[in-house]
Amino acid sequence: MTTATAEPHQVDLREPAGWRRTKNRIMTSLMVLSIILVLIPLGFVLVTVIAKGASSISWSFLTGGPIPSIVAPAGVGGIGPAVLGTIEITALATAIAVPLGVLGAIYLNEYGGKSWLAAIIGFMSDVMTGVPSIIMGLFIFSIWVVHRGLAGLSGFAGALALACLMLPIVIRSSYEILRLVPNALREGSYALGASKARVTVTVVLPAAIGGIVSGSLLAVARAAGETAPLLFCIGAATAANPNVFSGADTALSAQIFANANQPYVGAQDRGWGAALTLIAICFILMIVARIVTARFARYSR
Amino acid sequence: MSTDIRVDPAIPAGSTRTLSERRPLGDRGFSILTLASGLLVLVILVLIAVTISQQASSWFSSEGFKVFTNNWNPTPNNAGQYTQLGALAFIYGTAITAVIALIMAVPVSIGIALLLTEVLPYRWSRPVVYVIDLLAVVPSVVWGLWGILVFAPWLQHIYTDIAGGVNGTPVLGPLFGSPVSGASFFTAGIILAFMITPIVTSLSREVIATVPAIDKEGAYALGATRWEMIRGAVWPHSQGGVTGAVLLGLGRAMGETIAVALVIGSSPEITSHLFATGYSLPSVIANEFGESSGTFRAALLGMGVILFAFTIIINVLARGIVERSARRKRGA
Repeated sequence: MTTATAEPHQVDLREPAGWRRTKNRIMTSLMVLSIILVLIPLGFVLVTVIAKGASSISWSFLTGGPIPSIVAPAGVGGIGPAVLGTIEITALATAIAVPLGVLGAIYLNEYGGKSWLAAIIGFMSDVMTGVPSIIMGLFIFSIWVVHRGLAGLSGFAGALALACLMLPIVIRSSYEILRLVPNALREGSYALGASKARVTVTVVLPAAIGGIVSGSLLAVARAAGETAPLLFCIGAATAANPNVFSGADTALSAQIFANANQPYVGAQDRGWGAALTLIAICFILMIVARIVTARFARYSR
Repeated sequence: MSTDIRVDPAIPAGSTRTLSERRPLGDRGFSILTLASGLLVLVILVLIAVTISQQASSWFSSEGFKVFTNNWNPTPNNAGQYTQLGALAFIYGTAITAVIALIMAVPVSIGIALLLTEVLPYRWSRPVVYVIDLLAVVPSVVWGLWGILVFAPWLQHIYTDIAGGVNGTPVLGPLFGSPVSGASFFTAGIILAFMITPIVTSLSREVIATVPAIDKEGAYALGATRWEMIRGAVWPHSQGGVTGAVLLGLGRAMGETIAVALVIGSSPEITSHLFATGYSLPSVIANEFGESSGTFRAALLGMGVILFAFTIIINVLARGIVERSARRKRGA
């Protein structure tokens, strides 16, 4: 394929010549271009949210309340109730979904083995990660809220919807980690006469705990930013509601959604401030997950 | 799994009797507990289908096959009944926005995946992966807020310019003419493209990373350039898996709610104009559910059932394709 014309012994064998080389360059530049195409919107969003949100962030904005009406000018009231709501709803959802998800993953890897039931459960939990989040909201509405009327609207209902969203994510990530725990650890423990439950709880889980924690944190980060599952479940509150099990609640994401489509400058400002708070919470969760992964990366790749 | 035949180490070799006969109570309890947690996934999926369909039954029974027609007018007649609750415009909007998103996101995602696996050295690819992960963590509602307050007003000028340019042209005219505002099918499609790029990228990357080094080295040894190596060795090997990743991206794009609800313009129309305002299944549920009642509410729940059915079918297909290609690779 070489097009060398001069002295043949000077042909550079490393470089393919002509059109092939140009095509390779074009394609490589297109790949670099695709990264840039992704960086632009991400940078654009982050810069806008920080620029517009930073001015409204203050201690009284983050912790104060009640949430003012949409026509109120900027600087009035605070989003404290929404911050509290996001924290308590997400925490409750985590408390429900993570233990169940880890137990489900233990079934898949330790008990189910190669049985058809484990194969189906594994496959369907993969499929369940693709179910739209709004469906989880409609589900909890149909099975819980609708039967209890207004009393059904509570932080707890929202937490149930978020837990449904998190469950398959926790199962998948925990399963991937449990698979990496060497069998020799299990065998050693059995040789000492331990029962299967004891082996799982005292040997397998501690070996996998880093990966399970970081996978769960990523699921929490995803759930904390979700709006759609909460829309029909938590109602709308403007004052802080410390009781997550009864009474309407609110959350940061719901507040952003309520303020996003408003023509009022004050409402938009509060929306940007809430957006910056929410992004900060999600990013912090993700960074902590990364640190945990790095610290406990014993059996991961 | 390290070994092919995985003998349960809890059963001593050569024993015909499993230990389960004399397992302590706590042990059996724990195994039942894990089984119940696993079964919970199946139970939830079945309950989703059953309970939402139940709540939506009055829509399906009163409208019959008219649920798939294009007549939407959620105001009751004099007798207090809803008669025009056809969902076709929402299904159309869901499909159109998802297709726009895929057309933009798929080439970019595959490009990034190839760059990360085949071009960049490890110490450069890691920060890029972090950045893509950041993109995935930005909440849907923040995309929506930015989309409607910053992005859509900016796009509106571009839409007007393009519409002026293609005015009267045969194919382009009906596609890109007459923008109403910055909120449109196309805006929703762009935002969706941003949102599904991380998932399509990370899944494609996983698939492409499984291409055996020996295949790639073989291609290089024959004198291939990097691009020829990708075409000849990487692509045939990862085609199936990448198709699955794209389908999963499609499922995500169809189900994305809040960002679309804010930027799609909220008017149920079937039109070829991509710059026109529209509506989609999840976004109409999010916007209208709070003020709905009776058959109208049942219709919104019914659209949830339709959306659930679509996404389940797409995800089962996608996972099936991914698993089959993974199994073939392991066998080879």
